Amino acid sequence: MTDNVQHVGLPDERPPANTVGPIAWLRNNLFNSWYNAILTVLVLALLGSAIPPFLDWLLVKAHGFDSTSPACRQDTSGACWGFIGEKLRFILFGQFPWNEQWRPLATIAIFIALLLASCDRRFWKPWFGLVWAAGLVTVGCLMWGGVLGLTPVENTLWGGLPLTIILSVIGLAVAFPAAILLALGRRSNMPAVKVLCVTYIELIRGVPLISLLFMASVMLPLFLPNGVSIDKLLRAQIAFIMFAAAYMAEAIRGGLQAIPKGQYEAADGLGLSYWQKMIKIILPQALAIAIPPLVNTFISFFKDTSLVIIIGLYDLLGTAKAALSDPLWRGFYREAYLFIGVIYWIFCFSMSKYSQKLERDLNRSHRR
Amino acid sequence: MSQAAQQARHIPSGEEIIRCTDVNKWYGEFHVLKNVNLSVQKGERIVVCGPSGSGKSTMIRCLNRLEEHQRGTIVVDGIELTNNLKNIELVRREVGMVFQHFNLFPHLTVLENCTLAPIWVRKKPKAEAEEMAMRYLKRVRIAEQAHKYPGQLSGGQQQRVAIARSLCMSPKVMLFDEPTSALDPEMVKEVLDVMIGLAEDGMTMLCVTHEMGFAKSVADRVIFMDRGEIVEQDTPDSFFTNPKSERTRLFLSQILNH
Ligand SMILES: Nc1ncnc2c1ncn2[C@@H]1O[C@H](COP(=O)(O)OP(=O)(O)OP(=O)(O)O)[C@@H](O)[C@H]1O
Ligand SMILES: [Mg+2]
Repeated sequence: MTDNVQHVGLPDERPPANTVGPIAWLRNNLFNSWYNAILTVLVLALLGSAIPPFLDWLLVKAHGFDSTSPACRQDTSGACWGFIGEKLRFILFGQFPWNEQWRPLATIAIFIALLLASCDRRFWKPWFGLVWAAGLVTVGCLMWGGVLGLTPVENTLWGGLPLTIILSVIGLAVAFPAAILLALGRRSNMPAVKVLCVTYIELIRGVPLISLLFMASVMLPLFLPNGVSIDKLLRAQIAFIMFAAAYMAEAIRGGLQAIPKGQYEAADGLGLSYWQKMIKIILPQALAIAIPPLVNTFISFFKDTSLVIIIGLYDLLGTAKAALSDPLWRGFYREAYLFIGVIYWIFCFSMSKYSQKLERDLNRSHRR
Repeated sequence: MSQAAQQARHIPSGEEIIRCTDVNKWYGEFHVLKNVNLSVQKGERIVVCGPSGSGKSTMIRCLNRLEEHQRGTIVVDGIELTNNLKNIELVRREVGMVFQHFNLFPHLTVLENCTLAPIWVRKKPKAEAEEMAMRYLKRVRIAEQAHKYPGQLSGGQQQRVAIARSLCMSPKVMLFDEPTSALDPEMVKEVLDVMIGLAEDGMTMLCVTHEMGFAKSVADRVIFMDRGEIVEQDTPDSFFTNPKSERTRLFLSQILNH
């Protein structure tokens, strides 16, 4: 018998050649059935016919950033980046006085720095709220002026990217805590609180954002006593906050519902108060679960700020449109929309990427 | 019965810590608890048993107001449980609870699970809370896992952490609701050993369990519940050898002969 034979492990072998490597990958992913093969060929043909002409227009035949309008109009086979070169500062900063445009630029830089820093979980401490407050005060001084020798600038002249960022970042920052309260209220066992929160959420969600903006700009002044007027920008900001809060509340409620009853009972059993239980136990878990729908709201909300154009505010989309109305540059809308499209995309894509990373980090060790 | 367990018996001091008088509870139309009368003395170890759905969980969950009773009075550590939130929080501080499914907080480490309530409810300084948590984690023999997350531990380890988490509040009473019934058989013993250790140290315990060995060796009193009533309560010796009611006899024959 083989009792005393020492067992020698079998040597590792390489997998069969037809299961690894690029050829196998192609076969498994693109040609694994006859209809997938047809689809692959069709898609390749489509891409082949669309991409080269687009690149041609975008780069090869394009006019550079210093090109002039007449030159572009003569040869229309390529993009006219001269339009962007000429109108860049107007699109980014709107009607902010030309010589003061470093101020909105600094504003953008401050916001981006704050947002990037906030991505790092080491900064998720109460003191970081003070950093944000300081940042917002600085931004306020920069944009309004009137202090430290800065010329005052009416907020009717604000526009472009800073306006988009201010509306969305401040909007989200205020709407987020409000949304948490609404979501908790909706699940409260106090009937009055519950009814109030449900009514609010359902009312706001049942109305398009456009009509909310119109109401804020047209109807709100009717309800205010004579002589009291709220600034147009502030009205739009309030409308956004109300809107975003209702949507985010529903995303957060979804997270709250996913927390097992045992977590509430364990927290109760230890004698934690309602707020301790929520802040220490329930919300950290619920918000982690709610990240995907929350980011969804963030992204659509960021893009929805472009709706302020209908009440006469010029955000990034608005300034691009206004730039196109210059008779000299009329008609270069492809370049304009592509350019701001890329700016929107960079912001939204970063949000999406960061949320994926955050989700991974939060889930890494905790999940059962 | 072991010599040690024999000697550990009868620390009960005669001082009453829980008193339930004519407690009744309904879920909608369904009468779950019927005239429950119960008195627990400091240092007593009580095992509650009975068929499934008889109201065992409901009864012990009423003792820290995880469930609300509708009639009768429950007084714990001299405080009556009513709708008064302040009183409920005061009682919950003194009453530890261990659940069938552990209910650890998955987003906190083992150590953070144990220090959370002492820091926020008892307002202990962090260092002191951590020192105490490590002491209890050592006691349930899991100190080396203090910096792991609950999801990285086995069921038996999680349940021992849950016990340590309750002990960190220095409770006067510990409630256990089937602490071993969600565990794989090989992990039951490690949890029971911890509970026996607690019993020997004189902790007042109410324990819903089907572990009759635990009841025989540790309990001062066994309570048998059926259909919302306390049918019988007696010392384990006479409960197991000489049950008085027919229902108890039927129940015992079912759980002991399989
Ligand atoms: N939230 C609830 N709503 C309605 N009925 C409930 C609720 N919780 C429990 N019950 C019912 O009350 C009865 C007693 O439940 P309880 O959980 O106290 O039983 P138990 O003795 O602990 O049983 P088990 O051994 O299965 O845990 C059961 O019939 C159960 O169906
Ligand atoms: Mg039960």
